[in-house]
Amino acid sequence: MDFIPNIQIFCCHYTSQQAVARGREGLLQDGMPAGVTINRLSCGGRLQVTTLLKAFEDGADGVIACACPPDKCHNVDGSKKAAKRAAAARKALEELGVEPERLAMHNLERGFHPEFVEAAQAMHNRIMGLGLSPFKGEDK
Amino acid sequence: MIIGDRKPLAEILDMVKHAQKILVLGCRGCVTVCSTGGEREVEILASLLRLSFKKQGKEVVVNEGSLVRQCDREFIEEIDKWEGMYDVILSTACGVGVNFIANLRPDTPVYPAINTTFYGGSPEQGVWTEQCAGCGDCVLHLTGGLCPVARCAKNLMNGPCGGSVDGHCEINPEVECIWQLIYERMGRINQQEDMKNIAPIRDWRSAGHGGPRKKVREDLTL
Repeated sequence: MDFIPNIQIFCCHYTSQQAVARGREGLLQDGMPAGVTINRLSCGGRLQVTTLLKAFEDGADGVIACACPPDKCHNVDGSKKAAKRAAAARKALEELGVEPERLAMHNLERGFHPEFVEAAQAMHNRIMGLGLSPFKGEDK
Repeated sequence: MIIGDRKPLAEILDMVKHAQKILVLGCRGCVTVCSTGGEREVEILASLLRLSFKKQGKEVVVNEGSLVRQCDREFIEEIDKWEGMYDVILSTACGVGVNFIANLRPDTPVYPAINTTFYGGSPEQGVWTEQCAGCGDCVLHLTGGLCPVARCAKNLMNGPCGGSVDGHCEINPEVECIWQLIYERMGRINQQEDMKNIAPIRDWRSAGHGGPRKKVREDLTL
């Protein structure tokens, strides 16, 4: 199937800081897939289940939640909250009969790390295998 | 507060399968506090419905709203502001709210999005436990403030039974025997002797066994 997966990353301020500083061109040079959009949150704790579901409503094929390591959250427990909400959204996808692996949670250190791009690449490859989001009406 | 659980999505979708316009209606009372049917949960459920309809390729409008409470006539009247925006109401309130909408909106289909489970409290964040059964004849003054009606699996009034083992109930080792707790607490507050008084056979009519209950306060009625 020939398409560019729409991947939305919801990322805490600290985890995304350096990635955003590199700019879109810089990220593409680093291997970031073209269909990725980084949405910054002040903290992983700001992530809501509805934020993740809305991304699928708005056309995402895959979604990544990304926050600091659980014991290194600047706001103490934001990363733990993010993980719980990502888990709840994955469960909701299962209830909807959609592959929960379309939503991934990552905990990454501050600063720019290859793992950030690797997480996006992994989702890109996964979506290439799964196909377009079923919410785009492909399985009518 | 009244505690509830959202129904499985498949069950909800079956209720609204013929609807063209749905109003998911939350309640800012108990079900908000127990994170089951407040504005945030309305937002989540509405999103799940929209995603499901998209997946099915169905054109259904899903609107969101909430009332201060769904158990008061004066607040139910606020539903008028969504006039024309729904052909069914999907209520995330407790069963009282659903009944009130059904009572006061005789021609509007209303469906429950949650299962109303019990009257409870929250001992820690994200956990709720049953504490009261609303039985209409409170005995807490005799039991150290701990309720055997709600918290004893057999509703015993003269416990514990023979199934109490090491302070836990035979129905589930994780459930504390409320009569063990009552006994210990009555000791701490120097009322253990009172437990020798045998509770009489209980009249359950006040617990709803005498039909639906009603209360009228003449000093408040208009």
